[in-house]
Amino acid sequence: MGQLFAVEIIYRGVFQKTLAKNITRGIVLAAHNEGKLGISFGRYGDAPERNGIPAKSFAIIANDEQTLEAGMAQYEPKHVDLTVVLDDTLCKGAESWAWYGLQPVHHALKSGHTLIVVSLQDAPTLLKTIHRREEPYKLGILKGVTSFSGMWVYKDDHTDVRVLGAIAKALPELVSLKSVEKFITEKLKNSLKVTSTQTAYQRFTAVDVKPGKGNPEELFNFELLPWENMRNGVSIPGQPQGGPYADPVTKQTGGFRPARNELFKKYSTRTQRPVVNFSTCTKCTLCWLDCPDASFDVTPDGTYDANLEACCGCGICEAVCPVKDCVTMVNESLFHDNDSQWVRYKKDPHTYLKWLEKTIEMAEPDEKRSHGFRYRGQYQEQLPEALEVARKG
Amino acid sequence: MATTTLPVEVEKKIHEQEALITGAEAIAIACKLANVDVVTAYPIRPYDTVMQYISQLVADGEMDCEYIVAEGEHSQFEIVKHASICGARVFCGSSGVGWMYAMEALTVSPALRVPMVCMVGNRALDDPGAFGVEHNDALAVRDLGWLLTWVDNAQEALDTALIAYRVAEDRRMLVPLAISCDGAFLTHSQALVRIPAAEQVKQFLPRYDRGDLLLHPDNVISVAPQANEDWVMEIRRQNYAVTERACSVIREVYADFGRTFGRKYGNPFFEEYLTEDAEVVLLGMGTLSTRVRVAVRKLREQGKKVGFVRLRWFRPFAGPEIAKCLERFKAVGVIDRDFSFGSPNLSGVVATEVRSAMYTGASTRPPVLGFICGLGGREVTVHDVEKMTDIVFEAAKGVTQPLTQWIGLRG
Ligand code: SF4
Ligand code: SF4
Repeated sequence: MGQLFAVEIIYRGVFQKTLAKNITRGIVLAAHNEGKLGISFGRYGDAPERNGIPAKSFAIIANDEQTLEAGMAQYEPKHVDLTVVLDDTLCKGAESWAWYGLQPVHHALKSGHTLIVVSLQDAPTLLKTIHRREEPYKLGILKGVTSFSGMWVYKDDHTDVRVLGAIAKALPELVSLKSVEKFITEKLKNSLKVTSTQTAYQRFTAVDVKPGKGNPEELFNFELLPWENMRNGVSIPGQPQGGPYADPVTKQTGGFRPARNELFKKYSTRTQRPVVNFSTCTKCTLCWLDCPDASFDVTPDGTYDANLEACCGCGICEAVCPVKDCVTMVNESLFHDNDSQWVRYKKDPHTYLKWLEKTIEMAEPDEKRSHGFRYRGQYQEQLPEALEVARKG
Repeated sequence: MATTTLPVEVEKKIHEQEALITGAEAIAIACKLANVDVVTAYPIRPYDTVMQYISQLVADGEMDCEYIVAEGEHSQFEIVKHASICGARVFCGSSGVGWMYAMEALTVSPALRVPMVCMVGNRALDDPGAFGVEHNDALAVRDLGWLLTWVDNAQEALDTALIAYRVAEDRRMLVPLAISCDGAFLTHSQALVRIPAAEQVKQFLPRYDRGDLLLHPDNVISVAPQANEDWVMEIRRQNYAVTERACSVIREVYADFGRTFGRKYGNPFFEEYLTEDAEVVLLGMGTLSTRVRVAVRKLREQGKKVGFVRLRWFRPFAGPEIAKCLERFKAVGVIDRDFSFGSPNLSGVVATEVRSAMYTGASTRPPVLGFICGLGGREVTVHDVEKMTDIVFEAAKGVTQPLTQWIGLRG
């Protein structure tokens, strides 16, 4: 058998579907310039037509047809030579719509190979969320603003060609920079993009991640039962009702927390999370009523606490809250836990409110509040920032 | 209630009544006797006869149930599906393209383990619009986990409806079941039927209990979540397990039916008529049996030793038993009141199944000829049966015959 390569792209459904496709197609066409053969495809079990859902795209490359066929004779590659994460909030893990459990981003990455993340953060920060593993690997950061756009479009902020440049650096055996350049010149017909790919290639570096380094969180484990042990009638145990819970300070119980399915806890679907100002909340109930995932716990105080083990980050609560700055969606990558905001607020209101103010300021200047459905990087206003980053590296 | 301890014969004399009713009416009465909780209806001929009779029973205060007229067949079957999951004993039905319009609900019911009992008043699929009988409507669900049975007279329709609830609701089964009644011949003509007493039925038919599959606030479950390829095959295997058990459960229920009501059906899966000394046999389903039996008697007067096998259960298909039965004859003619365009040998559905069962289950394999006839409600005449028998005798003599022939066709 000849040489076989597999590349995995982890991306956000809808917002990055075209971007991911551009990259896997680019890999195949660039490698073809070296006489290699390949295919590009999306993981079938995913539903990339859903907003923000973690999804995967693959490129499989081989030197000859039989090797390629051997690489294709499986549902999806089990071991990949390179993994690319197009949104750094996905470092918390890929949780597909079809639900294969929460998969760490390096789930399929071969030992010693490179994980590329598009991010403005540094390696130590990303490693707070990327799960630790037994095998060593390399972590490479392609500095950039997360590139999000609509279902059928790509913002054309050069993220695709920049990623291709980084890939050529990380895995030259797969495709050389020259082949990537040739692909861009001939197929994309854009010399500026050639420059972008060259710059990305030059600047791209990766650090070694030693075994055991990273987020120590135990991954949720589940068993694929034999058919005799599965419940009949396509039924699963439901959730009991839930009920009141205790105030962390006064210990008095009250409010209502619905019981939630243990299996669907993490929601790496989220790119933003709501932060709540409990001191200005008027208890109008709108966020609680309109949240599509019933994420709000009614606190013993009668305020509403977005439970981050359930929240999908849609932003509806921010849109419906009538009080200024009371619910604000902020960048999910700032957070490394799902702890209750209300508990923090109750324990130390002053520190919480200070933190809240700072977080809102840092995440979203006031004029960018959307009060409607939204997602990261949708604003044209972010283009200058993206350009700046690309220029400086 | 005290009478339940009396011997069957005594009890029958006390309570059993005789009535002149149609097959559809017989099924309506069975629903009353089975104390069905939820009935959904949407008119289409010939199934609509049964909904008319049930609505009359409800209006007369004889039957107490939720009677819901849906806005179409899809809803009709969806409603009973949900009611059944919530623990209601349900009845519904349809015909022809009405049944096909409900296809999505029909498809999901076996996996959800919904023991809905339905009457299919067999009707030709449109186009052209026609009322007459053809079996392709009910047969459309043959691969999906449904149980399918065909009856040939009103008494059998009533008895089979009671048996159907016992079989479908058995905890080892919990799958949907359709009783096929040929349009016109069975649904619209009246015959004398013995109606068992309510007490006897109570004894025969236990309460419907789906155990931990019941959707109820006291049994919190979620039904029909989305699943990926990690789970679907195992779910299919569970329905396969149901089909593995089906024949033995059905046999058990028929035996119990005979004990309770004193009316014995012998082999539940098929009925043999004058086969003991027969050289050749015909095989078919539904009401064409009357014509075939008349023809068989006539042919026997001419010294032609022909018999008839009437198939009662198509799903489960009692393959090994059918093969063992048919291997005794020199040739077999299968009468299909359906078509399966493009099938092996271009035969009808039943002929293809019979051949498949014979291939693995029979020690000798006589020729199995397929006849397609009586489509769209066309009469299967005694003469047609004679003609088919002659062809089968030719095959028995070793004269090769086409594997599929259309009988009663102009041109
Ligand atoms: S972001 Fe959406 S899912 Fe999360 S709490 Fe707000 S409304 Fe609910
Ligand atoms: S919408 Fe805003 S003000 Fe109303 S209850 Fe929710 S957080 Fe409080």
